Amino acid sequence: MHISEGVLAAPVLFSGLAVAAAGTAIGLKKLSLEQTGRAGILAASFFVASLIHIPFGPGSVHLILNGVVGVLLGWGAFPAILTALTLQAVLFHYGGLTVLGVNTVIMALPAVVCHYLFRALVRHRPQWLTGAGFAAGLVAVLLAALMAALALVFSDESFLEAAWMLGVAHFPVMVIEGVVTATCVSFLNRVHPALLHLEKES
Amino acid sequence: MLPEPLPLPDSPFRRIDPRLRIVTAVLFSFAVALASEWAALGAGFGCAWLAIILCGLSPWRVLKRIAPAFGFILFLWAVLPLTVPGPALLRLGPLPLSAPGIALAGGITLKAAAILPAITLLIGTLPVATIGHALQRLRVPEKLVYLLLFCYRYIFVIEEEYRRLERAARLRSFRPGTNLHTYRTYAYLIAMLFLRAALRADQVHRAMLCRGFHGRFHTLEEIRFRATDRYWALALAIPPGIVTALQWLLLHP
Repeated sequence: MHISEGVLAAPVLFSGLAVAAAGTAIGLKKLSLEQTGRAGILAASFFVASLIHIPFGPGSVHLILNGVVGVLLGWGAFPAILTALTLQAVLFHYGGLTVLGVNTVIMALPAVVCHYLFRALVRHRPQWLTGAGFAAGLVAVLLAALMAALALVFSDESFLEAAWMLGVAHFPVMVIEGVVTATCVSFLNRVHPALLHLEKES
Repeated sequence: MLPEPLPLPDSPFRRIDPRLRIVTAVLFSFAVALASEWAALGAGFGCAWLAIILCGLSPWRVLKRIAPAFGFILFLWAVLPLTVPGPALLRLGPLPLSAPGIALAGGITLKAAAILPAITLLIGTLPVATIGHALQRLRVPEKLVYLLLFCYRYIFVIEEEYRRLERAARLRSFRPGTNLHTYRTYAYLIAMLFLRAALRADQVHRAMLCRGFHGRFHTLEEIRFRATDRYWALALAIPPGIVTALQWLLLHP
């Protein structure tokens, strides 16, 4: 989900930059040196995993996985996603420099929201882990699509129909992400529960 | 899977301070992205491609490199002329294609066609390690630079890991399709990727601590702002300057 260069208006671009800078500052503050290295390698996995094409009907979709990143990194999702997007912008020209802020916010803010959503659900009912994973994956993409649509509409009202289509096109991705995130989370919980950081607060 | 930086033929341009190139790329991107007048956009487009030809990069290779980014723009071309209200410019059978819709899509295309080649020329030809080093010297927070370099370094490792896992799945007769089994298989694969990444990160971190790592990468390569870079700074300020000036003059005649 990259909004391309040249589409958005100045107020949207600059608010995106401001929010991304704030989120990244919080994220960096929360990451210790050790966690920064981990975030770097997880950002690399996020980069690689988002290039995987998963069949859907006659075509294929590619995963966004901001839900998983959110669950694993919390606020660290901001610097991690910013990093992955910067590399994508420089190496593949998906997105670009001016939209870097907006694109980071579109993916990282839902990731942080899902981090807290996932924790609240699991702390409330530990047996809901898979369900909470599904919710995190689905909501992360839902919010990302919503924010991308809003960024388009706030830039120019004539994008309204295009924004709707973009949102609707992401419905199948939401369900697939939900399934993938749920499976990921329950796998990690069985194999290496420390990664989910659930034990700290409960 | 990952493209290498485009090789830039040796020229005085190649020896410019990389910080200058990054700052120019950002200034030019914003100048063009914020412009709305056709003349300003055209000037930006012209400057970018002229610079590519002057620096000896093959325009065809640059075009091939930036082509995938136009997917989103193709989507806008498919939607905007049909949905933006306004007088019809053309008719496609029974469908009217609105003039404002075509203008909007055209403007976006021109902006992207000016900004993306400029980024390719200015940043896409730099090794990522140099970009990291230059960002460090531009006072980007050290942790962020560390994150960027680490991420880039491990993309290749993780990608190889992914290929290995995928090959293993295929050898066990995994055939992707639209079903739950496929999605769960990919999920296990991705979870394994994340898990191994995290374990590897802890290992690498310990190894780095043993070697006295404090969060900063020291490089032998030196970035210096030479005397000639002053003239280059002036020259590189011209394209964003032209675009901004044209935009300003046409908006406030």
